[in-house]
Amino acid sequence: MSSKYDVLVIGGGNAALCAAIAARRSGASVLVLEGAPKFYRGGNTRHTRNMRCAHDAATEILTGPYTEEEFWEDLLRVTGGQTDEVLARHMIRESKDILNWIVEQGVRWQPSLGGTLSLGRTNSFFLGGGRAMLNALYLTAERLGVDVEYDAEVTDLVIEDGMFLAARLKRPVKGETEIRATSLVAAAGGFEANIAWLKQYWGEAADNFLIRGTPYNRGSILKMLLDKGVQEVGDPTQCHAVAIDARAPKFDGGIITRHDSVVFGIVVNKHAQRFYDEGEDIWPKRYAIWGRLVAAQPDQIAYIIFDSTVVTSFMPTLFPPIAGQTVAELASKLDLEPAALEKTVAEFNAAVRPGTFDHTILDDCRTEGITPAKTHWARKIETPPYLAYPVRPGITFTYLGTRVTKEARMLMADGKPSANMFAAGEIMAGNVLGKGYAAGMGMTIGSVFGRIAGREAAKHARN
Amino acid sequence: MHGTRILDEADRLMTVCNSCRYCEGLCAVFPAMEMRRAFSDGDLNYLANLCHACGACYVDCQFSPPHEFNVNVPKTLAVARAESYAAYAWPKALSGAFARNGLVISIVAALSMAAFIFGFAALNDSSVLFGVHTGPGAFYRLMPHNAMAALFSAAFLFAILALVMSVRAFWREIGTPIGGRADGGSIFRAIRDAGELRYLHGGGVGCYNEDDKPTDRRKLFHHLTFYGFLLCFAATSVATLYHYLFGREAPYPWWDLPVVLGTLGGIGLIVGPVGLFAAKMQRDPALLDEISYGMDVGFIAMLFLTGLTGMLLLFLRETSAMGPLLALHLGAVFALFITMPYGKFVHGIYRFAALVRYARERRSETGS
Repeated sequence: MSSKYDVLVIGGGNAALCAAIAARRSGASVLVLEGAPKFYRGGNTRHTRNMRCAHDAATEILTGPYTEEEFWEDLLRVTGGQTDEVLARHMIRESKDILNWIVEQGVRWQPSLGGTLSLGRTNSFFLGGGRAMLNALYLTAERLGVDVEYDAEVTDLVIEDGMFLAARLKRPVKGETEIRATSLVAAAGGFEANIAWLKQYWGEAADNFLIRGTPYNRGSILKMLLDKGVQEVGDPTQCHAVAIDARAPKFDGGIITRHDSVVFGIVVNKHAQRFYDEGEDIWPKRYAIWGRLVAAQPDQIAYIIFDSTVVTSFMPTLFPPIAGQTVAELASKLDLEPAALEKTVAEFNAAVRPGTFDHTILDDCRTEGITPAKTHWARKIETPPYLAYPVRPGITFTYLGTRVTKEARMLMADGKPSANMFAAGEIMAGNVLGKGYAAGMGMTIGSVFGRIAGREAAKHARN
Repeated sequence: MHGTRILDEADRLMTVCNSCRYCEGLCAVFPAMEMRRAFSDGDLNYLANLCHACGACYVDCQFSPPHEFNVNVPKTLAVARAESYAAYAWPKALSGAFARNGLVISIVAALSMAAFIFGFAALNDSSVLFGVHTGPGAFYRLMPHNAMAALFSAAFLFAILALVMSVRAFWREIGTPIGGRADGGSIFRAIRDAGELRYLHGGGVGCYNEDDKPTDRRKLFHHLTFYGFLLCFAATSVATLYHYLFGREAPYPWWDLPVVLGTLGGIGLIVGPVGLFAAKMQRDPALLDEISYGMDVGFIAMLFLTGLTGMLLLFLRETSAMGPLLALHLGAVFALFITMPYGKFVHGIYRFAALVRYARERRSETGS
């Protein structure tokens, strides 16, 4: 490892590797500093499985076209318009070419996975999942001559007048050192694993959050950049959060702790009360709201309650459902007040109107006379055993970030573009995602802006 | 709970994997898993034998060790696979041969070779054993053809019987839920999948052995070994036809079909096992089922010995070394035959049965 590079990439996930590869292919010398040990390299990319890219025609693995305009409309809907249109449209346009570019970097696609048919047209899945994708990118980067250091914790950034000069880092074996580089690409993710930071916005509730990725996503680079005058973007309380099994580990439970069963039953809080329409919309579209909904409940816990008739309607789960022969027995196993849960279930069952169940459309199975209503897929919960999954908010990634231009160049607080600092991936996702989420967007942001940042960083270094 | 600790672990892993499914494009194991929500002993033994140990799902898994979920599918299924061979072995009394299999194979091989050497020496005087014999019928001056044919037919038929009985037990247990019938289409599909080692390819990038880079060459060496074995078998079969149909006795000239087939096969049986053994030595310990190490190496060694003694016999058959080499070669082949149902050889049979089952499940799922 030399101590002066054209491009220094901090981070080790999809965005970082795309940046490193793009910069190296543009002729720059590149060093990647990954703060995690090798096994945990890649941050949240380890747990991903697909990417949302626009395409004008069906491909071998995509069942139909997904136009730029449709992608834009989806983005507009999930964010409620809280997005930077210029940046977002640029990303969507570039995403078309990413489908091929990423394959040239060794990543392989496959058709959508079992249980994800709803994404078969819009999202391309990585063969073998996110870690396989990462392995391919690392292999390509190393073959191209990119240097990679693991366990490389950056402790400080030397920045003067919006100009990056050097990074100080601490390594467990080789000790402290300083790396100078002509350009910087910050692709070090968000701060979802930094509970103390989350508490600034969420208070003590953050103690009950489960973090779906590794404990290494501490946001230290983001913090340094914001402290050193880079303009921030995004609402710090916004994040991609889903309801995951409360029995999951605190960190890195990944995809397998999620639950797809909300639409098949009711969801109650610790007082055995329902709090939101479980049948609001087709499940994948509403998947991402339940993390925040549960976060707003007392003690940040909720229970999906259903009965034995629907157990095969959703993917098998890592943790088995908790079962009771009566609603009261189930309640006592969940530490809920039995009488309260019996009352909630009885009132719900009484409110269910007859209809024809079809979970693939907004069907006509709904309730009448209760608040909140369940507007679709409402069926009585009456066939024992009664079953439940306890769920907590599972924080996937945060949206607070650094503001960038469409060249992925960071903007300073005074509005001036930085001379040599670029950002890609989750650390700048807030530019595109003001709130909300649609499957596969995080990877699109990572690959598209990673590639742009790498290219631009190399261009700056070689000028 | 299952019958064994390893099946409990396989069940735990399949429950983890079935709630993830990222690996479903890598091989047949995961699509087969997805057809189930719960796993019987038979299901797990089926999945274990469907696994080709390419290692890709370990390298690709976000939950492999040191992650606390400790997902190591290749190793777990390798252990389960080895235990399944003993579980279905026939006759039951001989299932113990799978434990300490390397030792069993070595002893049987040594005894067989010694028996042939001493047999030759006892039946013939030393001038015959160390004499130079050429021309048709040269081998049979050491051991009459009919005696040789009877002995090897008996060994071979016993092996076939034991294998059929074992696989029958396996097939019955993995029969649910689609029944025991095997249709021609599924068998044909399985022959293709086994013949090209379709699932020993890491999902397309290649297999993993010594590290996290897909640089493994086991597929090539396995092809050399397997097709080498088949060529040698074909050589013997052709020679048998020559003998009985045309009255032409071995040894045959170098250009004749049995020798050409045998030579090509012999090269495969020398190079292939050496490559497989080297790969075994390099394999990442995390992926290696070290309990079965003796069984794996024992089988590789037997194939290698068969190929090597056969090739030496070919090159030195016109010298006085022919007698002892013939004894060694016959000893090696005899030991290979009688240990077939009780060693690594069975992996091919069980895996083929699993591939037939998988092809059939796919067909019934797609309704074709």
